Amino acid sequence: MNRLIPREQIADEAAVSRRAFLQGTGLLLGFALTGASTESVFAAPASRVVENEVTGTFAPNGFIRINPTGAVTLVIPMAEMGQGVYTSLSMLLAEELEVRLDQIQVQHAPANDALYANSILQSQITGLSSSIRAFWTPLRQAGAVGRNLLIAAAANRWDVDPATCHAKNGVVFNASGSKHLSYGELAEAAAELPLPPAADVKLKDPKDFTLIGTPAKRVDSSIKVDGRVRYGIDARVPGMKVAAIAISPVLGGKAKTVDEDAALAVKGVRQVVNIDEAVAVVADHMGAAKKGLEAAAITWDDGPNAKVSNADIVKQLEEESKKAGAVARNDGDARKALAEAAQRLDAIYQVPFLAHVTMEPMNCTVHLQKDRCDIWVGTQAPTRTQSMVAELTGLPKDAIKIHNHLIGGGFGRRLEADGTLLAVKIAKHVDGPVKVIWSREEDIQHDMYRPYNLDRLSAGLDASGKPVAWTHRIAGSSVMARYAPPLFKDGYDFVVVESAAELPYAMPNIHVDYVRVESPAVQTAFWRGVGATRNVFVVESFMDELAHAAKQDPVAYRKALLGHNPRALAVLSLAAEKAGWGSPLLARHGRGVSMQFAFGSYMSQVAEVEVADDGSLKVKRIVCAVDCGMYVNPDTIEAQIQGGTLFGLTAALYGSITFKDGRVEQSNFHDYLPMRIDEVPVVETHLIKNAEAPGGIGEAPTSIVSPAVTNAIFAATGKRVRSLPIDTDLLKS
Amino acid sequence: MAFTLKINGTPHEVDVDGDIPVLWVLRDVLGMTGTKFGCGQALCGACTVHLDGQPVRSCQTPVDSVGDSAITTIDAIGQTPEGAALQKAWLDLEVVQCGYCQSGQIMSAAALLKDTPKPTDDDIDAAMSGNVCRCGTYQRIRAAIKHAAGV
Repeated sequence: MNRLIPREQIADEAAVSRRAFLQGTGLLLGFALTGASTESVFAAPASRVVENEVTGTFAPNGFIRINPTGAVTLVIPMAEMGQGVYTSLSMLLAEELEVRLDQIQVQHAPANDALYANSILQSQITGLSSSIRAFWTPLRQAGAVGRNLLIAAAANRWDVDPATCHAKNGVVFNASGSKHLSYGELAEAAAELPLPPAADVKLKDPKDFTLIGTPAKRVDSSIKVDGRVRYGIDARVPGMKVAAIAISPVLGGKAKTVDEDAALAVKGVRQVVNIDEAVAVVADHMGAAKKGLEAAAITWDDGPNAKVSNADIVKQLEEESKKAGAVARNDGDARKALAEAAQRLDAIYQVPFLAHVTMEPMNCTVHLQKDRCDIWVGTQAPTRTQSMVAELTGLPKDAIKIHNHLIGGGFGRRLEADGTLLAVKIAKHVDGPVKVIWSREEDIQHDMYRPYNLDRLSAGLDASGKPVAWTHRIAGSSVMARYAPPLFKDGYDFVVVESAAELPYAMPNIHVDYVRVESPAVQTAFWRGVGATRNVFVVESFMDELAHAAKQDPVAYRKALLGHNPRALAVLSLAAEKAGWGSPLLARHGRGVSMQFAFGSYMSQVAEVEVADDGSLKVKRIVCAVDCGMYVNPDTIEAQIQGGTLFGLTAALYGSITFKDGRVEQSNFHDYLPMRIDEVPVVETHLIKNAEAPGGIGEAPTSIVSPAVTNAIFAATGKRVRSLPIDTDLLKS
Repeated sequence: MAFTLKINGTPHEVDVDGDIPVLWVLRDVLGMTGTKFGCGQALCGACTVHLDGQPVRSCQTPVDSVGDSAITTIDAIGQTPEGAALQKAWLDLEVVQCGYCQSGQIMSAAALLKDTPKPTDDDIDAAMSGNVCRCGTYQRIRAAIKHAAGV
């Protein structure tokens, strides 16, 4: 791929192949040569991801741009943060447009809800593993509209019935194949034709798919292995300065003293900006900015949250969770059934605050001018960011230009606009563009965290061990109440109860409620796996407790409750079978199972662990069975299951943000530990193929893994883990 | 203070304090953004470059410590046989997700293969455990290193 050919020679080769192509089908592949480093001596293959907006002669909708040169650009409405949507959404378009993936380039969609809103989230937001679900139909329709118009243009040219023509690989052919015209040659004529309503175009029968369902290569890989890729943090704007920031260590505090002279004495430092909640040192480069920030020796007035600690927050949760909450589900009479049950179980589960810790630290480049504001950033929520910047600056929304980028890790962190708003507040004091970069310490200590939840559960079993009552009260912060207030009604937050209210198991009496508890010292946010990542740990661990109390095998116990739910039963059976469930293990080794229905997909995992006598834990193997309905790219699904599982496992093993004196105690990778290559288990994926509606996949493995592991720990040691992260001190023999 | 740095075979003049990390000289002064900032404390490996063929964390390498040593970055590692083989393997096995850590991963892997052309799993663990990937691409990174090494 990375051929060692001087740049001039590449140009010659391109010219040769262009001529060859013109003599052939007439189709011209117009890849834009963008993103190539000016420092590079050798040219690499052209980038498939373009940063600037491409205009198209033929642009039948928001997603397709085709020029007479033959360049096909697909405008991708959702953000690419590793989950593979630039490829999978391109596949939906390309399948119906009849182009190959190596014939297209992709472009970040501009902020525009009218063109690019996600139908599930009602906004141009990448989240809740909804991209494929939301765009499965609209993008195939958009591709089909494009193809129909191009075919119609060719049919007009040949004066034949369009129904006799067909398209393949960006070329329209007549019935006999004797005539053909490339999409580039047809672009101008196709642009003149009236648009058919998207809903009226006929879509392919899934059995005729040639691209969807295949392990197609990612369109964004090549630029990510040779340094050409540009994330938001790589934005470079003429005249740009770089700023390092310190944010008040306690939420609500402000800067008390700043030694501006000392900061300005550092070579390369240009300016100190104090906006109370944060101080920025603006310099020619980040090295100088960081040095200047240190020299500024800032002291803080901590404000009203100066004394808040984790113990206070947990105590508040313990108290508040004793009160009844907003009812999310109420089947039968759980209280009565609990009182009459042959056996009763009660438990309290807790999950900690978690930071997102994307590999690309928070950053944003802003150029604020009198009548416009340009923002260079990687965001999961461009229109939301645009609106919030408009409000902050007083400029009209269309004067706020969001230049979106590839994202170096999202996990929910980049649904938030806080980093952009902070950068704009700083930019108000800076003449010219400024790039604000958070240090890793700022990134971890001023994240908006996954909420700390405290859950109270009770269950009643009949004489045979079958569950006849299930009650589950969740207490914790509501992110939705802040993020989208209209969606938080009467104390009820549908995200908080995800995978807790809707259980895969058949039980006659179920009561689930939610108590909202907020701490003024902590901002909370969505985190990969959203509600499910908290609730599946709780539900699947407690289900394991029930199986144990009933003296039944955990897989068999669950299966008995899934007779009505064949897809759930199928993934559970497959995971158990592939993991060799029931086969003998050594002492202090154990297998644990979990299952879920979340993000529209069914999933089951079996984890195998070894717990040493000193309590140290090794997760040896994870087997995952998944039914996400019709799937787009099985290779991406496998990658997401491998990676999403490790994201959840990392949290289960190590993840915890704690507060002391209002401050976050963790600061970098030495005390907020990531899993590393020498400790990760092999993750095996088994994908079920069927014709069900597509489900989401990016977050499902994150939410399911922790109970599989803690249930395996119970099998190995008899110790039940009811709070995360796993405390290995409690696992000693 | 002025320094002349030999980067990817080309000399570059920069005028910065001697204690400024090479990372920011590359990224902000010279505009070579292929090398990534991850932690600033040599804890994550995203900023890995080679100094005379040895992997170093550029976020903790002051510019005045470089001297005449040759700096190689991700932008030019494809010109070495190991780098080219690894980049191809990364694409063949579709390693990347968000991709942010992968510059550093490939630089660490290239240094490994230069010294140890046929690495064992333990060799890979030792050479690569300084590089963090939050997307969790480790399984494919291991496979791609073996693929590139032909083991």
